[in-house]
Formats: sequence, C-alpha cells, structure tokens
Amino acid sequence: METDWIWGLVGGLMIGLGGAVYLLGNGRIMGASGILGGLVDGSGWSTAGERLLFILGVVVTPLILWPLYNAEIDTHLTSDLSVVIIAGLLVGVGTRIANGCTSGHGVCGMSRFSLRGIVATVFYILAGGLTLAIFRHVLGVI
Amino acid sequence: MRLLLSLIAGALFGAGLFVSGMTDTTKVQGWLDVFGNWDPTLAFVMGGAMIPMFIAWRLTRGRRPVAGGDFPELPRPELDHRLITGSILFGMGWGLAGLCPGPAMASITYGGLGGIVFMLAMLAGMGLAPMIATRLDRLAAAT
Repeated sequence: METDWIWGLVGGLMIGLGGAVYLLGNGRIMGASGILGGLVDGSGWSTAGERLLFILGVVVTPLILWPLYNAEIDTHLTSDLSVVIIAGLLVGVGTRIANGCTSGHGVCGMSRFSLRGIVATVFYILAGGLTLAIFRHVLGVI
Repeated sequence: MRLLLSLIAGALFGAGLFVSGMTDTTKVQGWLDVFGNWDPTLAFVMGGAMIPMFIAWRLTRGRRPVAGGDFPELPRPELDHRLITGSILFGMGWGLAGLCPGPAMASITYGGLGGIVFMLAMLAGMGLAPMIATRLDRLAAAT
C-alpha cells in the first residue's frame, strides 16, 4: 500500500520513543534479544521484574490496538515448521552471541554511531538478504 | 518507578512494531528481497526509530537516569569474532522467517502456532548460545 511508509515512520518513532524512555528513565539499552536472553541464561535475573514488565508491554499493546485496526492481522509466517524452527534457533543463538539484534545494535547502537552496532547491522542485513535470495530465488523453498 | 517505566517503554516498542507493520514477515522479507518486489517500509521504521534515540543519547550527557543508577557502560568500539559470527547467524534466521526477537514477542498472541514454535526455538537458541559462544572462542583461538 502507498501509505505503508507513513505507518512505518510513525511506528518507528514510537519504537525510538520506547528506547528513549528505557534509556533516560532506567538507564538501560532497549534490546529485545538482551531483555529476553538475560531471562533465559540467568544473566539478567537480578533485573527480572523490569524485563518481565517490558515484555508484558510489548505483548499486550498490539492486543489493545487491534480493534482500532480495520485490516486483518497476519504475520504471514511460513507454514513450514522446519523452516520456522531452524530460523528461530539461528535468531536465538546469533543475537546472543552478537549481543544484540535489530533493536539493540540497529536502533540503539546506530543512533549513537557505534562501530559495533553499524558493523553488526551491515552483517545481519547482508546475511539476511543473501539467505533470502538463495532460499527464495535459487532453491525456491521459501 | 523502574517497573512503570519498563512497562511504558515496552508498550511503546510493541505499539510501534505493530503499527509499522514489522510483525508482518512479508514486509520484513520484502525489504530484504532486493531481487523481488522490494518493499522500502523497514528503512522508514529504522530511520524513524533512530530520531528519538539520537536525541536520547544526546540527553544522557551530564545527566543520570530518571529512576536512579547510572547509564550503561558502553562497550569499547572493538570488532570481535562473536559480533560478526553472531550477526551472520542472526541474519540467516531473520532472512529465512522474517522475524527478529522484538516482532516475535509483539506478535505472540496473533502469530498462531508458527509464532509460538518460533518463540520456543528462539528461546532454546538463546539458552544454547553461551555454550556455542565458548566453543567459537576456542575455535577462533586455535586458528
């Protein structure tokens, strides 16, 4: 749709505002993989309360906004569960080894011109684009 | 205070991901798919998100967090094999499914069985990551 970029920009500003609240309010970097991963491997258990409430906010808000939306909501995720499992494992392992994902390295890192954030973002975009090109256009499986 | 601010930050993050269409994997894969019908939305989301964050980083100077404590210690600008290897693995998964950790959380209530399976696999991956990272360190030291 032609208006998608406007919603992208509006949504992006909201994401950035969330990151600003988390940084200026709590002194923390808003990284989805770090917030979640710290609860999984135990490294973030001392701040479990903050993490859980952040996750609660993320999960519940779409449910509140849903009725205001006139369109059908669908993630259009592939129905091939083996692809879903492999992708999930790669995302989980990769973001924790790299210590960040699209929100931490991308939004929070690049906005302070962090070298690590910029390099990480370049590598995951290149890897993502290449993987998609191979599996969609060469192999035709996704 | 800290808990309330966490909830507000999470709510803004979730709302932004929902409104921007980033929980729709076709929009994310559409942006990565430069050989297909390219969708520019993700660039607007990224650009939009960096504006408040850029201002926020400026505002940290000479201040302390509202809820007390200190601002995070920033890592030294060093590139290591963990950053590169991890980002490549993450990118491969991101390209395959079109989901990253934020949108996977935001869409958990409406992403169906696939969304739940993705979340469980991602959490398992996060649990395995410390062990894999140690092995990678040994591998990097040996080469």
